[in-house]
Amino acid sequence: MNSRIPNPVAQLDMPGAAESAVRRPTDWKSGAMQSRVRRRYAAERRFRFLGLTAVLLSVAFLTFLLVTMIGNGIRGFTRTEIRLPIDFPASTLILDPAALRGPEADRALAGADLEGVAAAAADTAFGQGGNRLLSDGAWIAVRQAIKADPSILGRKADIWVPASTGIDLAAKSEAAAADEAAHARLEQAGAVRTGLNLGFLTAADSTDPTLVGIWGALKGSLLTMVVTLLLAFPIGVLSALYLEEYAPRNRWTDLIEVSINNLAAVPSIIFGLLGLAVFLNFMHLPRSAPVVGGLTLALMTMPVIVIAGRNAIKSVPPSIRDAALGIGASRVQVVFHHVLPLALPGILTGTIIGMARALGETAPLLMIGMRAFISSPPSGLTEPATVLPVQIFLWSDEVNRGFVEKTSAAIVVLLLFLLAMNGLAIYLRNKFETRW
Amino acid sequence: MNDDSFGRITGDPNAAPRLTTKMTARGVNVFYGEKQAIKDVSIDVTQEHVTAFIGPSGCGKSTFLRTLNRMNDTVASARVEGEITLDGENIYSSSMDVVQLRARVGMVFQKPNPFPKSIYENVAYGPRIHGLASSKATMDQVVEKSLRRAGLWDEVKDRLHDSGTALSGGQQQRLCIARAIAVDPEVILMDEPCSALDPIATAKIEELIHELRGRYAIVIVTHNMQQAARVSQRTAFFHLGTLVEYGDTSEIFTNPRETRTKDYITGRYG
Amino acid sequence: MTPLALLFLVLGLGLVAWFTARAKAGGFATPGAPRPHSRPNYHGWYVTLWAVIPALIFLAVWSGVQPGLVIDATLKSPAAAQLPPPGMERAAILSEVRGLAEGTIEAAFNPLSDTLLPAYKQARLHYGLIGAVLTVILAFAGGAYAFTRLKPDFRARNRVERVVMAVLLIASLIAILTTIGIVASLLFESLRFFAKVSPIEFLTGTVWSPQTAIRADQVGSSGAFGAVPLFWGTIFIGAIIAMIVAIPLGLMSAIYLTQYAKPSTRKWMKPILEILAGVPTVVYGYFAALTVAPALRSFAASIGIAGASSESALAAGLVMGVMIIPFVSSMADDSIAAVPQSMRDGSLAMGATMSETIKKVLVPAALPGVVGGVLLAVSRAIGETMIVVMAAGLAANLTANPFASVTTVTTQIVQLLTGDQEFDSAKTLAAFALGLVLFLVTLLLNIVALRVVKKYREAYE
Repeated sequence: MNSRIPNPVAQLDMPGAAESAVRRPTDWKSGAMQSRVRRRYAAERRFRFLGLTAVLLSVAFLTFLLVTMIGNGIRGFTRTEIRLPIDFPASTLILDPAALRGPEADRALAGADLEGVAAAAADTAFGQGGNRLLSDGAWIAVRQAIKADPSILGRKADIWVPASTGIDLAAKSEAAAADEAAHARLEQAGAVRTGLNLGFLTAADSTDPTLVGIWGALKGSLLTMVVTLLLAFPIGVLSALYLEEYAPRNRWTDLIEVSINNLAAVPSIIFGLLGLAVFLNFMHLPRSAPVVGGLTLALMTMPVIVIAGRNAIKSVPPSIRDAALGIGASRVQVVFHHVLPLALPGILTGTIIGMARALGETAPLLMIGMRAFISSPPSGLTEPATVLPVQIFLWSDEVNRGFVEKTSAAIVVLLLFLLAMNGLAIYLRNKFETRW
Repeated sequence: MNDDSFGRITGDPNAAPRLTTKMTARGVNVFYGEKQAIKDVSIDVTQEHVTAFIGPSGCGKSTFLRTLNRMNDTVASARVEGEITLDGENIYSSSMDVVQLRARVGMVFQKPNPFPKSIYENVAYGPRIHGLASSKATMDQVVEKSLRRAGLWDEVKDRLHDSGTALSGGQQQRLCIARAIAVDPEVILMDEPCSALDPIATAKIEELIHELRGRYAIVIVTHNMQQAARVSQRTAFFHLGTLVEYGDTSEIFTNPRETRTKDYITGRYG
Repeated sequence: MTPLALLFLVLGLGLVAWFTARAKAGGFATPGAPRPHSRPNYHGWYVTLWAVIPALIFLAVWSGVQPGLVIDATLKSPAAAQLPPPGMERAAILSEVRGLAEGTIEAAFNPLSDTLLPAYKQARLHYGLIGAVLTVILAFAGGAYAFTRLKPDFRARNRVERVVMAVLLIASLIAILTTIGIVASLLFESLRFFAKVSPIEFLTGTVWSPQTAIRADQVGSSGAFGAVPLFWGTIFIGAIIAMIVAIPLGLMSAIYLTQYAKPSTRKWMKPILEILAGVPTVVYGYFAALTVAPALRSFAASIGIAGASSESALAAGLVMGVMIIPFVSSMADDSIAAVPQSMRDGSLAMGATMSETIKKVLVPAALPGVVGGVLLAVSRAIGETMIVVMAAGLAANLTANPFASVTTVTTQIVQLLTGDQEFDSAKTLAAFALGLVLFLVTLLLNIVALRVVKKYREAYE
């Protein structure tokens, strides 16, 4: 063994002799070295602190955003009501209580001047101009009260009606001085209360912020999402299967892949332009309709599903394919019996995330005209509709201050939906995640 | 360089004294979470010798090597017990600065890992962060000296500003050795430095280890027993996290005391 | 019969075909005889496909052709003799007739429509019937043909699988079709725009006032379509201000979370950052307009900057930067994670501190990946619409003052295409030209970025 070792002394002498003069051991304990190390550690701490600051800044921004939105939004779910005493026998209203019990009730009420009655009652109760304390939709509450109990037509009755925006704001936060004063007077008289606003969840758009609701936009969103899902999911999954399992390596496949990767990164507004040019101007599909919105968003969501699907399919180990092929399954059977079921949780997770993105999308839908003022919920896929994010955009443009809290409330609803969807995606991922 | 160490390898009993112990480990235990990877290992590393750690894979030899310059600190779940000293100073004590420790105890890894920088910058990296070269001229000198010592200078002197990753595997590993030498360490730890290299490159590295011996205390982990026999004077055999036997390489390979050592060396398992 | 009812009829026939064929194939498996090639289900599918697909293809073609045939027949009827010559007026009457027949219009505006209505209705019924009968015949013929081919050794499975493959291929071709659709529609409308406005003026002009273009009666005011202020505004907000916010914060967040944070911290910090990416842009836009912009304006006023606008580039850019943070952070995270652990170990083993390792080894090594990620982030920022629509202004200023108002390409697209529009005006077409520029630029950025990232990944594999 020894014989195989070359003489180390001879070997070392050659470079060693030249260097030994240069070489002196580093004095790590010297003052200069110590202070240098201290400086380096200080730099280390600074850098680490910067990193933490960056994370905390992002978190702080998110918190600030959420707190602002929720703080404003909570108020949007409530509304202020005023107790309006109406002396029906003394009013100008000519209504036969008997007619209101029959099937003709709606028609009878439609003919009655409830608006005038409510206005007059307000003027009587709260002095000249009292009508302005009420919401434009106050008479609707009166109508409902009469429908519920026609007997009140024969007596004096106190009916809670929605208050005007000014009073509403005065009750919840701050408003113009006149409104604050009026609110104070009402409060002294015990004629004002603030409660849950069910109308916000059941009504559609309106010009009066005390009457608006999000159900119209929400329904539009749901219809649009149904169309998007029905188109994007099958097409996306099938494309992913083709590209991952069958596609031959050639120029066509490359082209498909490049297309999908680029579509996933194309700005959403471009899809809006596509929808406008192709679906509306070329194919003459109806404007503002959920079906066009759904088509446009499906084109946008499909690449996301393809990419997520391919990753999920890729993670299914080849051994499973080999096993199935080995017992004589055809390539189609292998994929549909084995690969697809195993990849499905991953594909679903990707689909939900893509759908969540589509649900929050605004710009392409503006292009295809889903920004119209729609005061009743859409009843079908081809009816004019709007969607939640567009509704938020429209309300944010309103001058009336009452819309601020409504916009925030709509944002809260939208965020809740997105949170639920993303939560579901995370749950699916954790529940079905398989480590191969 | 003294000839005493040589005498010792050849088994001359009179040549024992005047050895300097560079590092000592006493009762070292290493845990990864709940799992104990090293059990009560005590060992001395001497200045003049190349010490080889051998043993079957998973026996803890690399883990133990990494405790010697506290590289286990970078693994969140790792915990080290016991005492390891460098020149008599406990390296796990709070007064020991880990940054300086690692400059004094350099390390060469299993896979060559040059930084994606130029050859020059790779070597200059250590002196730069530790502030060991005050001027460009000194730095040039340090780089040249280190590359010369690593036996790489003649091969790369005309392309110092090419990327270090463009070199061949063996050259990359010698670059990594040059990089470690550049900060003038006292001990060099080598974690299977040749396992990713071809036989010719391996021979060059082994030759280099001979040349560096004596100037630095060298500890080398290897799974290749022939390599341990070729390059080391002292050999430690690890098995299942314990140090089974430690002694002169010639002793271990020709006349092991423990049957486990014998079984491993004769290829009974591993 | 409406196309929808026909569709369901055909699908029903397909269902019947499936059960019939399956029953027949079920009889193939007799003891002693060789095993049939395909399972009965495949025979069922084979016949169903033959019954359904040709019929549906015919139905699709027919519903495209039928309206034309109906119009032709109507025009040949005696009532059509009084119609005005072909042109706008005639088309209006015909579309009114169609509306009446379909019940979407309640009463005719033009009395001629009423006289044409019976002829139209009759023609519609006539061709509708022809279509329905032909569809059903095709369905039966296809089903019957396939049914006669069923034999024990018939390879039904292979044929069904060939159809499945074709469907898969068609599904994946939709991506190409979409790309072609985008390019074609943008190009087509842009060419019409460039016929009215010279591309050189569009790309180099510095005056943008498309509003005047709709007043066609005004002499000499054809509108100005110099898009340079828009390009500048887009770059200023998306590529400069937003990136000044997003790159440092995103990069440092990624570094902190990957290198310093405890795994438990990382586990809940990362999803929080991802929430930032999941917030819809309209919410950011509202936040920017409602909270950030007024705050910035009063800040600017307090430090004495004159001409601060409530729709400042800074407000939009800041909020957009925050929106991009998680994007940059996750790209940087991926890139840093792709740097081999041995690099990090190598540097630490030299005695480098963590921050030295990050600054001098990890980040330089990850740089191509990070740069690719930043390019993708820029591409996303300049294509972002709602934040700038809501928080940036409409004034096409060429200014580097972040407190002033600038406008962007996407803002102008929205502006030009909403509200009253006539489809052929230069104003409307300009939106498509802007869209084309936006598409090309983002496409370029994406291709370059993906290539850089891919090269980088390969370097460490």
